[in-house]
Amino acid sequence: MSVLRPAVSIFGTGRSDAEMPHRLGTWVTCCLAITLLLTCGSLIIGTSSVETSLGWLLSPDAQSSVVLWQIRLPRTVGAWFAGALLGLSGAIAQGVFRNPLAEPYLLGTASGAALGVTLSLIAADASIGALAWTGKLGITGAACVGACAAIALTIGLSRGVLQTASLLLSGIVVAFLLGAVTSLLLLTKPDLWREMQVFLLGSTGFVSWSSATLLAAAFFVCAVPAVLLARGLDALTLGEETAQSLGLSLPMLRLTLLGVVSLGTATAVGQVGIVGFVGLVAPHLVRETLSVNHRQLLIGAALCGGALLQAADLLCRWIVRPAELPVGAVTAFVGGSYLTYLLWRRSRDG
Amino acid sequence: MTGSRALGVLVLGFTLSAAAEAASSGFVLRDDLQRDVVLPRDPQRIITLVPSLTEIVCALGACGRLVATDEFSNWPAQVKVLPKAGGFEDPQIEQIVSLKPNLVLLSRSQRITERLSEFGVVSFALNTESYADIGHTVRAVGLVLGLSDRAAQLDAAIEQAVLKIGEEARAKHRGDGPTVYIEVDRGPYAAGPASFIGELLARLGARNIVTANLGPFPRLNPEYVVNHNPDVIFISPAEATSLAERPGWETIRAVKEHRLCSFAPEVRDTIVRPGPRVAEGMRAMADCLARAAP
Repeated sequence: MSVLRPAVSIFGTGRSDAEMPHRLGTWVTCCLAITLLLTCGSLIIGTSSVETSLGWLLSPDAQSSVVLWQIRLPRTVGAWFAGALLGLSGAIAQGVFRNPLAEPYLLGTASGAALGVTLSLIAADASIGALAWTGKLGITGAACVGACAAIALTIGLSRGVLQTASLLLSGIVVAFLLGAVTSLLLLTKPDLWREMQVFLLGSTGFVSWSSATLLAAAFFVCAVPAVLLARGLDALTLGEETAQSLGLSLPMLRLTLLGVVSLGTATAVGQVGIVGFVGLVAPHLVRETLSVNHRQLLIGAALCGGALLQAADLLCRWIVRPAELPVGAVTAFVGGSYLTYLLWRRSRDG
Repeated sequence: MTGSRALGVLVLGFTLSAAAEAASSGFVLRDDLQRDVVLPRDPQRIITLVPSLTEIVCALGACGRLVATDEFSNWPAQVKVLPKAGGFEDPQIEQIVSLKPNLVLLSRSQRITERLSEFGVVSFALNTESYADIGHTVRAVGLVLGLSDRAAQLDAAIEQAVLKIGEEARAKHRGDGPTVYIEVDRGPYAAGPASFIGELLARLGARNIVTANLGPFPRLNPEYVVNHNPDVIFISPAEATSLAERPGWETIRAVKEHRLCSFAPEVRDTIVRPGPRVAEGMRAMADCLARAAP
C-alpha cells in the first residue's frame, strides 16, 4: 500500500519508506515504554530526595500518600494528556493548512486564552462580586472562554474555514490584536505580571485528578474524529482540487478538524497554560523517525507530545528543586534545540 | 538596619564633606547608583517615581513640594490628585520634563537617570527594596530636602515602633513561633526570608517555610508547601477561597483549619512598600498572626 506523506517537513523529506518498513509498532511500543518510565520517574522526583520518595512508595503514610497520589501522579498524567492534545492538534493543523510550520495556536487560541485570564484576574482584583464570579469560572474557565472566543473571531474574520490563506492571516491578526489588548491591560495592573507569566509560560503544578480527567476526556473526544478523518488529510496532501475530485466534502472536513484543534488546544491551554513548541515539534519528531500516513502521524504525534510534556514537567521540577521552572520555557528550550539540530543536519547534508 | 544605616551615614558624611567644593547653588551627594549628584538646595519642585519615596517625602512634611508622582502612589490622599508621571517600568519622560522639576527621586532599578540628565533634570536614585533601605532612604531624602533633623526623628520613630511590635508579637508565640507560607502570586510564587515581607515576618518571630537560599520570590513546586504543612498562610483574598481546591492542599493544617491571612489593598500597600508606614504593615501582620496562629 502506498503511503501519502503528510505535510512536507521543512527539514527535508525524512527517511524513505524502504528504510523503515513497519517500524510503527516498535515506535509506539518505545513511546509507551518511555511514558511508563516517565510516569514512574514522576513518582520519585519532587521536592523530597529520591531516597525519601522511594521510602514513601514502600511504606506510605497519610502525608506521603497525598503527595504521591494526589499531587505527583495526576500532575504527570495531566501533563501527558495536555501534551497529547497539543501534539494531536499540531499534527492536524499542519495537515489542514498543509504547512509544516502550522501549530495549534495558529487560530489565536493562545492570545484569546491569555486575554481571558487577564480579564478574569483584573475583575477578581476589582470587586468582590466579580471575585465570586471569576471564582466560579476560574482561570481554567476564563482561558477556555477566551480561546473559544478567539477562534470564533478568527473564523468570523476569514468568513469561514475554506480559504486557507485568509484563515491563517485572520489567526495572525487576531493573535496580535488580542495580544496587544492583553499587554495594554497588564500595563495598568503591573501586579498581575507575575501571575500572568505563570500562565503564559505554562504550568502543570496545580493539575489535579479532575483536571487530568477533563484533559483525558477532551483527548478521546478529539482523537476519535481526528483518526476517523485522517484519510481526508491524506487526500488533502494532494491538493484541495484533487481532494474534492475524490469526493471529499472539504468544508465539512476542515470545519470538523479545526473544531478538534480548537477543542484540544482550548482544553490544554485552560488546564496548563500556554505551552509552546510541543504542538510544532511532536509531528516533526514522528516524521523524522517514521514514514507514516496521517492516521499514524496523528497517533504518533499524540503519543510523542504526551511524552514530551511529561518529560518537560519532570525536568522543570527537578532542575531547581524545590523551586520549579516554567514548563513552557523547558519545552521551548528542548523543542528549539531539536529544531536547531534538524536545521543543522539539513545544512550539513546539503 | 543598624549596619546598613551606619554605612549609609558614613557615605553621607563623606559626601557631605565634598559639599564644600560644590557649586554655590547646590551641594554634592552620592546616590545609591554611586553617582555624585549636584543637588539644588531646598528643592521645591519634586517628582517621586516610587510609592515608598512619595510616602517618605510626605512623612517628612514635604508633600507640598511634590509636583507629580508615579501612578501607583496613593498615600497620603493628597498625592492622588497630583499629575502622574508613569509607572515603575515606564516613567513618562515627556511628562517629567514638561513639569520642570528641580529634583526627581527614583529607585535605583529605574534606568532613566541618564535620559533625565540629557534634559538637565536632576535625579537622585535610592535603594527601595529592603527593610534596611527604609532608614537609609529616610535619612538620605531628609538630607536632600534639607530636613535632616526631621528625618532622624522619623527614622527613630519607625525603628522604635517596629521593635515594639516585634517584641510584642514574639512574646505571644508559643514555642518557636508559627511556620508561615507567604504566597505573593499563584504560581505558586512565595516570599522568602530575603524579601521585604519576609524580613517583617522574621521580625515578628514567625518562621518562613521558604529557605533563604531559594531567593526573595521563588516559584515553588506546590508539593513543597504540602510537605512543609505551614501553620498559617498569607495569601491574596482572591486565592484564599480556592486554596482547598488545589491538589493535596486540603490536607495542609492552615487550609484545613482556615488559618489564613489576607489583607485589603490599602493594608497590603503598607506591607509590601518599604516606607514610613512599615509599622502599620507589621501591626496588621502581627494582629493576623495572633488571630490565626495555633
